Amino acid sequence: MNTNHISTLVPAVNVAALKDTTLLNMGIFALFVAVTMVIVFRASRNNKTAADYYAAGRSFTGSQNGTAIAGDYLSAASFLGITGAIAINGYDGFLYSIGFLVAWLVALLLVAELLRNTGKFTMADVLSFRLRQRPVRIAAALSTLAVCFFYLLAQMAGAGSLISLLLGISDWGGQALVIIVVGALMIMYVLIGGMKGTTWVQIIKAILLIAGAAVMTAWVLAIYGFNLSNLLGSAAEAANNPAVLNPGLQYGKTETSKLDFMSLGLALVLGTAALPHVLMRFYTVPTAKEARKSVVWSIWLIGLFYLFTLVLGYGAAALVGADTIKSAPGGVNSAAPLLAFHLGGPLLLGFISAVAFATILAVVAGLTITAAASFAHDIYANVISKGKADATTEVKVARRTVVVIGILAILGGIFANGQNVAFLVALAFAVAASANLPTIVYSLFWRRFTTQGAVWSMYGGLASAILLITFSPVVSGAKTSMIQGANFAFFPLSNPGIVSIPLAFLLGWLGTVLDKRLEDPAKQAEMEVRSLTGIGAEKAVDH
Amino acid sequence: MGNEAQPQDVTASVDFQEVQQTERFKTLRKRHRSFVFPMAVAFLLWYFAYVLLADYAVGFMSIKVWGNINVGLILGLLQFVTTFGITAWYVSYSNRKLDPIAAGIRHEIEGHQFDKDGNVIRGAAK
Repeated sequence: MNTNHISTLVPAVNVAALKDTTLLNMGIFALFVAVTMVIVFRASRNNKTAADYYAAGRSFTGSQNGTAIAGDYLSAASFLGITGAIAINGYDGFLYSIGFLVAWLVALLLVAELLRNTGKFTMADVLSFRLRQRPVRIAAALSTLAVCFFYLLAQMAGAGSLISLLLGISDWGGQALVIIVVGALMIMYVLIGGMKGTTWVQIIKAILLIAGAAVMTAWVLAIYGFNLSNLLGSAAEAANNPAVLNPGLQYGKTETSKLDFMSLGLALVLGTAALPHVLMRFYTVPTAKEARKSVVWSIWLIGLFYLFTLVLGYGAAALVGADTIKSAPGGVNSAAPLLAFHLGGPLLLGFISAVAFATILAVVAGLTITAAASFAHDIYANVISKGKADATTEVKVARRTVVVIGILAILGGIFANGQNVAFLVALAFAVAASANLPTIVYSLFWRRFTTQGAVWSMYGGLASAILLITFSPVVSGAKTSMIQGANFAFFPLSNPGIVSIPLAFLLGWLGTVLDKRLEDPAKQAEMEVRSLTGIGAEKAVDH
Repeated sequence: MGNEAQPQDVTASVDFQEVQQTERFKTLRKRHRSFVFPMAVAFLLWYFAYVLLADYAVGFMSIKVWGNINVGLILGLLQFVTTFGITAWYVSYSNRKLDPIAAGIRHEIEGHQFDKDGNVIRGAAK
């Protein structure tokens, strides 16, 4: 077979040579920024009302929104992280992507359409629909802000290591400068373009990312005569370990790590449909039917993309080699860029690197507008000013919040740079699955559900997820912990989902059955009828 | 908020509890729930069965079926197939069984609300 031929090619990936392509990478990225800026400016001309700013005037089609959801969801962690995980740990990396995909069925079957029919701008709109506004809205907004903050920090901290890999900037000051540039660009997109601009950035990024991954996948498969078995064999041979094709290399080490994987699987599959920045995207389409179409599109695109990462991961293992990947700056995350360099030289590397940057930019923009909408719409308009603020003031508050969150994200990114904060993404999913999902499901499907149940479930889920992770090995007590040299860990798992998710469901039930106050049956009827029929649902804005 | 206030006006005078009690709405709710609940349980069970196998039955997952392609890879790819399959099934079910009823109820109620002379004939909406 052609394995001999390939093994002579492996040293061709010279990590030092990557630095020569820095200018090219920056050039392609600058082109992306220029093109998207023009589109954002054009899109912003119609931003007048709150519905324009938060929900893009509800004017996107299902297929556009589905592509944007894929752009929002396929973060740098998905692209670089999963490809790298498969390249190093083989099959166990693939397990991740399956959880990330299957989770979309929860969104499709239980959440998307009903949420579109009953809400306006934020997750809290739906959760507080038939319960007492103030307490439920505050709880939902806090959990939205917590999820966005954890997710945002993880993205910005990841930007630092990505810069060292892609631009060859290894000094702290240089990386900080690039983080500031990325943050400032993001603030501009969100400030000027609102949800419309953010959505277009995500659509363009999703198309580039999926197209780039498709080209690389076809290329890798062509090398192996379009025979998956040959590719797998060659990856196992390069790794010198046939076990890379089997599960267990990463999670099968101990009983604890096996349980940890169960916990992660639970958080992934139940967390996705409760991520506030994903939920908010369903308001950008005119009807529930378009919301359904969005999920269908995103399931196809995301599924296809994860199939690509399987080939790319094993391709990187076979063609680049696990040792080269691990020793490159950026470590595991460098698998995809190194494979691009191996296949298509500096030009493909430049393209993939620019796409990786665009990915961070787009995901961070989506998170920022979600957090700003939640603060302005839930906390400011409905709690602080008790619904008396007009839409213009609300949008003004939202824009100011964008700037504040952007600055916080930049500072967070600079100071978390180099820290081991990968667990923050897992935490964001665990918080979403424990604090948000039980209340979403109960309020949509359980007639008897009350305010006390919602409040207990949301605060219980939020607090237990954060506390358990604080007292877990990811924060202290292990070699890879965030705080070295301290040990206050008593919870053995690095993902809290297996405890916090059932607990939040239990608290929601308990809080409801112990609640002496009953909720308004008329409101329950209104929510149920509206959620299933779309009566009185927010319409698209005419311009 | 411009034309956003409009939908609220439309629904302000609707007695949703009455609509909730109509046979038509009950049918819609039953059809929706009898599809999404069993399907959600089924795909979650199938996903966790797969995770448990990958976690605790490594030997079984490592059995090679064709070349280097083993049981684990086939089951993993089947997760993709079932996800795509359930998606397509749900879309066709909604188009056939849910959307027509939902649209019917919606048009009747909203249609009457938009009556030009302002007379809401609630009885006729049933």
